[in-house]
Amino acid sequence: MSDARSTPLLELKSLQKHFPIHKGFLRRVAGHVKAVDDVSFKIFEGETLGLVGESGCGKTTLGRTLMRIYEPTGGEILYQEESGKIVDLAHLNRQEIRPYHRDIRMIFQDPQSSLNPRLTVLEIVGEPLKNNGIAKGRDLEDQVAELLRKVGLRPEYLRRYPHAFSGGERQRIGIARALALNPRLVVADEAVSALDVSVQAQTLNLLQDLQEEFQLTYLFVAHDLSVVEHIADRVAVMYVGKLVELADTRDLFLRPRHPYTEALLSAVPKPDPRLRRKSERIRLAGEVADPANPPSGCYFHPRCRFAEARCKSETPALKDLGKGHLAACHFAEELELRGVMTEKAA
Amino acid sequence: MTLNQTLISVRGLKTHFFTDEGVVKAVDGVDFDIPRGKTLCVVGESGSGKSVTARSIMQLIDRPGKIVAGEVLYYREEGKPIDIVQLGNTGKDIRSIRGNDISLIFQEPMTALSPIHTIGNQVTEAILLHQAITKEEATERAIQMLARVGIPKPKERMTSYPFELSGGMRQRVCIAMALVCEPVLLIADEPTTALDVTTQANILDLIFDLQQEMGMSVMFITHDLGVVAEIADEVVVMYLGQVVEQSDVDTIFHNPKHPYTQALLKSIPKLDLEERHRLEQIRGMVPHPFNRPSGCSFHTRCEQIMRGTCERITPQYLELEPGHSVRCLLYQDEAKEVNA
Amino acid sequence: MSDDAKRFSGLSVKRPSPGAPPATPEPSLEPESRVQVASQWQLMWWKFRKHKLALVSLIIVILVYLIGLFAEFLAPQLPGSYSARHTYAPPQPLRFVERTDNGWRPALFVNGYKVEVDPVALRRTFVVDPESKIPVRFFVKGETYKMWNLFETDRHLIGPVKSGEPMFLLGADRLGRDVLSRTIYGTRISMSIGLVGVALSLILGIILGGISGYYGGAIDNLIQRIIEFLRSIPTIPLWMGLAAAIPLTWPPLRVYFMITVILSLIGWTDLARVVRGRFFSLKTEDFVTAARLDGASEIGIILRHMVPSFMSHIIASITLAIPAMILSETALSFLGIGLRPPVVSWGVLLQEAQNIRSVATAPWLFWPGAAVVITVLALNFLGDGLRDAADPYE
Repeated sequence: MSDARSTPLLELKSLQKHFPIHKGFLRRVAGHVKAVDDVSFKIFEGETLGLVGESGCGKTTLGRTLMRIYEPTGGEILYQEESGKIVDLAHLNRQEIRPYHRDIRMIFQDPQSSLNPRLTVLEIVGEPLKNNGIAKGRDLEDQVAELLRKVGLRPEYLRRYPHAFSGGERQRIGIARALALNPRLVVADEAVSALDVSVQAQTLNLLQDLQEEFQLTYLFVAHDLSVVEHIADRVAVMYVGKLVELADTRDLFLRPRHPYTEALLSAVPKPDPRLRRKSERIRLAGEVADPANPPSGCYFHPRCRFAEARCKSETPALKDLGKGHLAACHFAEELELRGVMTEKAA
Repeated sequence: MTLNQTLISVRGLKTHFFTDEGVVKAVDGVDFDIPRGKTLCVVGESGSGKSVTARSIMQLIDRPGKIVAGEVLYYREEGKPIDIVQLGNTGKDIRSIRGNDISLIFQEPMTALSPIHTIGNQVTEAILLHQAITKEEATERAIQMLARVGIPKPKERMTSYPFELSGGMRQRVCIAMALVCEPVLLIADEPTTALDVTTQANILDLIFDLQQEMGMSVMFITHDLGVVAEIADEVVVMYLGQVVEQSDVDTIFHNPKHPYTQALLKSIPKLDLEERHRLEQIRGMVPHPFNRPSGCSFHTRCEQIMRGTCERITPQYLELEPGHSVRCLLYQDEAKEVNA
Repeated sequence: MSDDAKRFSGLSVKRPSPGAPPATPEPSLEPESRVQVASQWQLMWWKFRKHKLALVSLIIVILVYLIGLFAEFLAPQLPGSYSARHTYAPPQPLRFVERTDNGWRPALFVNGYKVEVDPVALRRTFVVDPESKIPVRFFVKGETYKMWNLFETDRHLIGPVKSGEPMFLLGADRLGRDVLSRTIYGTRISMSIGLVGVALSLILGIILGGISGYYGGAIDNLIQRIIEFLRSIPTIPLWMGLAAAIPLTWPPLRVYFMITVILSLIGWTDLARVVRGRFFSLKTEDFVTAARLDGASEIGIILRHMVPSFMSHIIASITLAIPAMILSETALSFLGIGLRPPVVSWGVLLQEAQNIRSVATAPWLFWPGAAVVITVLALNFLGDGLRDAADPYE
């Protein structure tokens, strides 16, 4: 992957998304929820970047801002076209962004609400093809049937409505729709969270197979760290709208450099009773900070077991600790943090 | 398992839903025991009937659902066991058990709490319903209980409304309400599914600590095998309204017998830092409850299917070794020998 | 009951064969069940069908509208024809068999009237005379009328064989006019006032509610305040004021139109709120976002994704709005400030019944009231049924 790393497919530069808080009868703006606050990272061609964090950390907002479903408050979204030209998606208007929505596609979390129940599978999966003038009529049917086959659904299901399918099958329809325009980057927003355990494995395998077949790049937004560890090449961790750590998956899970990541990892239940309570769990005190009114300095300091005076006043920058391991902690170099315990280590 | 180690014994429980489209056999012949002072996890995917089983134990089945067969025997410290099914779902007898001896916490704490009453109000109400003490004593106990479930400044929190709390704190309030009468059994229906991992870890610890302290049994319903590994003593695996395997937690994870249990364990991603690989998946989908397969209900997805047998013969639920039962035709002969 | 209950309630949705492994379709494909390829409207119909009361109400509503449509043919007499010799004549029951000396034989007739004089008040009253017989036939020739203002004919569904003989199946009013005929003609006016009024409300409601919901912000705020203002005005005084402003010299048809406009002035606010709410909730639906990412145009999103999603709710709302219109018209006319004779509506007919004499001696003048009650109930039940079926995916 190192050769591909020279050319990022997508680069976020200080991306911001602030939601105004309205108050009172006249709906004056009383403040802002900084859902995404100054986030920068690169996504390289062909990789899977996992984006994790707890609810309210801004990971879904980030994905949606990147898709321009939400208008970014500030920053740049630099996308490299196949020709090598670099475009800032953040500053295009609604018309100009359209062609790029063919290259960057999205898979939604809830297969129930993301498929219009009133349309047939043909109409749903065919919608992007039709709107972009790629196919119509008989040709459209053939192409949709082919897409269905690729995601493991029978082409005969064309005329069925979403209600005829189970949750896992509906998610496959959503995946087929995302693939319809031969995308380069797919933003998968909690794509397997709503699925049953046995169906989740099928869907993850399908996503991996499709990535191989079509050289897809994934931004995989999820809260389940085991899933992210399984599918991602690199992982970014968010806390209260900010990026706190980003590293190769193995590095991050084996040796986290941010205390928040450490706490997250230790909280993941391990599916083996023999590992139970072998490593004392790190209990995080208090609650996730309010993004409308975040604490001073490092947002994590009120819950951090290593916090010092400096953390209260100074906001830590995202530092490169070597080998592309980034962490936003004043003591990232000094701390010896615990990663996950594997069966062998136990 | 001798009788006095068993708190609740579910035998042949069948809960069916009589809908316009036909009968849904949500729970269709379930047997298991809840051991005293231990944690029993019920695992299953959606449609496995795990929630309906829990609600049947508490007699919380509303129309069009009905418990059509079976018994739920409740062994009190002294006296004869009570069959909860015979108590019906209204009346004084069941109400004296519900919330007092057995309490329930839900996945979504917001729906379990009344939005228009203060937390103090709701917790004291739970005490006063079951115990003859004064209001002042009840308030005192409510504050103690809130402190015990780890709510900071419990005295001030008594006058808060549920919407003023975070999800994790709300679930703590629910736990406080459920445990304030010191029940012998706490049924927790996916109580951490809606919570973040760090909050989930705290709530699991809390339930574990309170169990150590109060000695109650816990029936924990979840689909997350990680959670099961963390907290269970005994595990019941359900599929399409039936128990397919039950054993102690170590056996379930390290020597599972039923192909469904085996496949389920293989299909979950683990934090093992191994090279990128494909997960071993269970093929197909959970059948719709109207389309229950004949014979063994798992045969349509089973990797070890014996063609010609599994489609026709319904396997019995048999004990393979003491404390380890399984419902699979692969082990019928073996199990019969053991039992003989 | 969480996940399990969701699967048990609602529609029976047959899943494809449970064990189909992905990417390797089994050679035999089970036949497509109707449910799997059923569109929204089919699913709605299947759900609606289960609501028996609504189904019966649907039939009644259709019948009532048919009566309105074919009023001239169905009514035995013209609404204005009177018979001074039969003021306040009581209803004559329609008889199907006749007793003769040899027993019973089938015959269609009504009994005639005889005059009795009240010994106390010395007032002449008509009573049905069981002795006299007036033969009755279907499809008889009667008074000439112009059907739908298109062609002239004199056929009536039912009437006395000899034109001019009295037949008042529901009695007669103070001018000896046939209550049945007038109620049938009233159906046309009262039912159409509901339809036209709702149509006007619908146009206003969808446009203003749609703008409000789709654009939001300041324009939404403005429209919402207007709606609140309109709804804060007490309805009856507002209507009375407006109706009183209609010049007495206006022809009945123009008065009729003005009344519908006045009624829909308030009526649109409800529909606008429904439409706005639907737009608001749909705007953030994932499938609408997905359509936008799929490159659909704004108008395409509205027409293809949003409107079909709330059309069924709108239809249900309309069905519930019609009875309100009918009742309003009836109330206004009853108070004497709505439609005026010679226009015949249920409200106008009831206004004529508001005196002691009718209550005491001619209760049959309240038949139009029964028509109002039956129609309004049927429309309400129908609306309930439609509302329940409106979202078959819940």
